[in-house]
Amino acid sequence: MKPDVRELYRQMARMRRFEEELARLWERGLISGEMHLGVGEEAVVAGVLAHLEEGDAMALDHRSTPPLVGRGVSMESLLLEMLGHPDGLCGGRGGHMHLFSREHLAASSGIVGSSAPLACGFALAARQLRPGKVAVAFFGEGAANQGMLLESLNLAAAWKLPVVFVCKDNRWAITTRSRSVTGGCLLRRARSFGLPAFRVDGTRVERVWAAAGKAVGRARAGRGPSFILASCPRMEGHFLGDPMLRVFREPVRQALEIGPPLARALLSRPLSALPARVLNLGIIGKALTTLGVEKYVLERDPLRRAAELLPEEQRLRVEEEVGREVEEAARAALAVVEGR
Amino acid sequence: MPEMTFAQAIDYALGEAMAADERVITLGEDVAMLRRELLVRFGPSRVLQAPISEAAFLAAGVGAAMAGLRPVVEIMMVDFIAVALDALLNQATKVRAFSDGRWNVPLVVRAACGGGYGDAGQHEQCLWGLLSGMPGIVVVVPSNPADAAGLMLSAIQCDDPVVFLEHKLLSDYWLDYLGKGGRETVSFDVPEAGARGEVPMPPEPVPIGKAKIAREGRDITMFGLGVSFHRCLEAAGEMENDGISAEVVDLRSACPLDRELILGSARRTGRVLVVDEDYVGYGLSGEVAALLAEAGIKADFARVCAEGVVPYARQMEDEVLPNARRIREAALRLCG
Repeated sequence: MKPDVRELYRQMARMRRFEEELARLWERGLISGEMHLGVGEEAVVAGVLAHLEEGDAMALDHRSTPPLVGRGVSMESLLLEMLGHPDGLCGGRGGHMHLFSREHLAASSGIVGSSAPLACGFALAARQLRPGKVAVAFFGEGAANQGMLLESLNLAAAWKLPVVFVCKDNRWAITTRSRSVTGGCLLRRARSFGLPAFRVDGTRVERVWAAAGKAVGRARAGRGPSFILASCPRMEGHFLGDPMLRVFREPVRQALEIGPPLARALLSRPLSALPARVLNLGIIGKALTTLGVEKYVLERDPLRRAAELLPEEQRLRVEEEVGREVEEAARAALAVVEGR
Repeated sequence: MPEMTFAQAIDYALGEAMAADERVITLGEDVAMLRRELLVRFGPSRVLQAPISEAAFLAAGVGAAMAGLRPVVEIMMVDFIAVALDALLNQATKVRAFSDGRWNVPLVVRAACGGGYGDAGQHEQCLWGLLSGMPGIVVVVPSNPADAAGLMLSAIQCDDPVVFLEHKLLSDYWLDYLGKGGRETVSFDVPEAGARGEVPMPPEPVPIGKAKIAREGRDITMFGLGVSFHRCLEAAGEMENDGISAEVVDLRSACPLDRELILGSARRTGRVLVVDEDYVGYGLSGEVAALLAEAGIKADFARVCAEGVVPYARQMEDEVLPNARRIREAALRLCG
């Protein structure tokens, strides 16, 4: 089987354009609170979702808009939700971290790691009520150190549940480099629970599609859970306005804010501790440097990579269609909010 | 006395405690960034970056406290403590009782709490009622920089588990990270007197379990803590126009409650309004009512609390969280 590259690209573009619209609304102050985008995760999400059918369930994390858009939840109702309107997907009560669509069997949560046990429950219900249907859990590699997630891997293996665990490895747990707080290798971790585990370049949608096909196929056939470890970039930081990224975007202002207290800490008594403190300062500097190199030097945009799979003309047509869809949804949602 | 922000005051007290006693350490998610000044001063062996593993690192904090350290464990937002509740409910708060007082757990859990910036009820809860329900725990909720510094010192000095809650509307960095994100297009109802103020240098411990009468009055006593306390003050000011003289008390800790002060004030005014950003049922407000009833005080009683799950939309959130308008209306009904 070969993937429908046009459709994969179309879905990825829908996710990206939609989130760009979210970012604009958030900047204008029309969306409140934190805003975690899934920009950079589109290939992972689209590659997995291409194998889902009606009756399959999704347990999502705090970056849940791309999978919901990809699964066919109305863009307008998602926008109205983020705008805090009573006509939104959840009546304006959930917001972007707490999106629920019963119709699509899709639920998100802002508690790191919680998608894994939820997916186990979805899978349990599927096995009994909808044989042949599967559940997918999306989470980041930062969640892979959460007890409930590891327990879920075991539970799914022990009960041979039709679950696909999809780990979106962007290498950062909030502001912490995941490697610095993680023992061993996640792929081997999953295998040690008895799960088949696939490592895949999550910026290449066709590769994700192939790996997910195997994993979903296994689950559908009643052969139990599997684990996909897909690397991908975190293009917009942990959330919009990420203070670590602001250091690069407005270096002078940030230096004026962060600098003086750090200098005071460096020079606080006893002064004999100064050499050790300079080394400590290096820990912060190293984290920032790594982040900057990944964000600004290594370009790994999955959308751009997917675009290269299509003939130019086809790509432009898709982009135009998607652009129109998002624009219309945004116009309609803003009209509702403004009471037009 | 120098002026500091609420957040600076807490880290100032923590830094002083760490400088004075090398058994004091701090650990949690993202502390290298959140507590970067402490990291520079004290190094990665005392400012420990933790994985997203609350159950493990909070329970490890219990063990470390039992074995001689005085850890300040950060649970980024108090909502996330649900993931690690066993460490407090079944471990930390049981040790002194089960060992017949032979062993204790000098642990501080520091967490951001509270709403008012549109993040919804999985990231904006207070939960001090839930936490205070565990025998053997202390839960402090400062409302201004001086108390924040003083209560942090007392929490570290305390020989039993203390939960130190830092309201996000008062802590500028939390509000910036989670609410503003560097934007100038959003605004929040921040109680200025709580977000910035004078802090004694060196910091002075504030005794745990001592409430404070912040405003004297004759007709009604309003009890609050954290941001709710400031909302009470705001309402009390407006109620002057209604001809009502309201007393306002900053409880400063959800557990233990300052029984004597609460009873004394209620006896004087004969009317009690508890304003609590935590959930209405089975919590702080009911506990105050029980104190009054057990002491045989016949006071008119009402409460203004968080009515259910905090919704995401700002305008809905404003209706669910206690605000000056709801407080004033409830007070007028009590005095009417």
